[in-house]
Amino acid sequence: MAVAAVKEKIAAQLIELQKNDGSIDPEHLVSIVEAVIDSIEGDLTAVGLKVYSDIEALARYINAARAEIAELRPDDINSDYLPAATDELTAIVGSTEQATHTIFEAVESIEALTEKMDPEVAEQISAAVTSIYEACGFQDITGQRITKVVTALQHVETKVDALLNAFGDDVRRDGAPKPAGKKTTTPSGAPARPDEDLLNGPQLPENAISQDDIDALFG
Amino acid sequence: MSSVDMSMPILIVDDYKTMLRIIRNLLKQLGFNNVDEATDGSAALQKLRDKEYSLVISDWNMEPMSGMQLLTEVRADTKLKELPFIMITAESKTENVIAAKQAGVSNYIVKPFNAATLKTKLAAVLGNF
Repeated sequence: MAVAAVKEKIAAQLIELQKNDGSIDPEHLVSIVEAVIDSIEGDLTAVGLKVYSDIEALARYINAARAEIAELRPDDINSDYLPAATDELTAIVGSTEQATHTIFEAVESIEALTEKMDPEVAEQISAAVTSIYEACGFQDITGQRITKVVTALQHVETKVDALLNAFGDDVRRDGAPKPAGKKTTTPSGAPARPDEDLLNGPQLPENAISQDDIDALFG
Repeated sequence: MSSVDMSMPILIVDDYKTMLRIIRNLLKQLGFNNVDEATDGSAALQKLRDKEYSLVISDWNMEPMSGMQLLTEVRADTKLKELPFIMITAESKTENVIAAKQAGVSNYIVKPFNAATLKTKLAAVLGNF
């Protein structure tokens, strides 16, 4: 084959390679390298042989890594584990909310009875009721924290999906490529908002400032 | 004697029904019974334009319109710009408090909070009652 024709063939193969949406077939890569080497006139230099050898080793490494990843069944993470974890966490938010409202119903009934009680006793009951109302704030805080975890899991899901796409269909159990991108309506999937960079949610105690610190900022 | 009208209309805004109920009950214990609710900034803004309120108590992180966006809208509205606005939120970073203050919030309460803190902040904004 004439040199020009070989160059043209290699160029076409490289264009094909670029179209592969980030996934590279190591065998395809090796065939291109072989074509490049075949096109070299005269004997291969020691350097050329070394390059060829290294690329071949790299191709074998990629093949082995892909096989190992396929063994791990990474698509199980996206199809089973992450959605199940997300559902469980969402259910926790729902059940704690329901339980909290049941507590409210009971406490509000007790509070209504204070009008019929001795004033001194009523005052003590009211104080206890107030403490219960304050404590029920846990549902809001834990709900927000769990929502943050759900968002993190969905982020992992997106990254695993990108990994699966990069390594091709043979690492998927069903062999079918999945569409990239989110499929949720959680805050991370919502349209960008002007204050999005300030939405940090509840902070761990070591990162949060106290009400006293806030009051100091208000002077 | 208190100079605060305890029948003043108050709008509380939070996407968690639990928190709406907590704030409503605590306000009731303090003597405020005229309380309406909204579950995000856009619903709250509509209520503020439909009815005259004396105070807004709002969460920050809500969809589709956040409490910060609501505050910005309120301060930009000629009819609403003087409305007392208290933020009650779990957003407890200094940058949040500073941003809210710069946007014109009247006071800022970090969750979880207690009844005493709520009463103190209400008094700071409305006057002693």
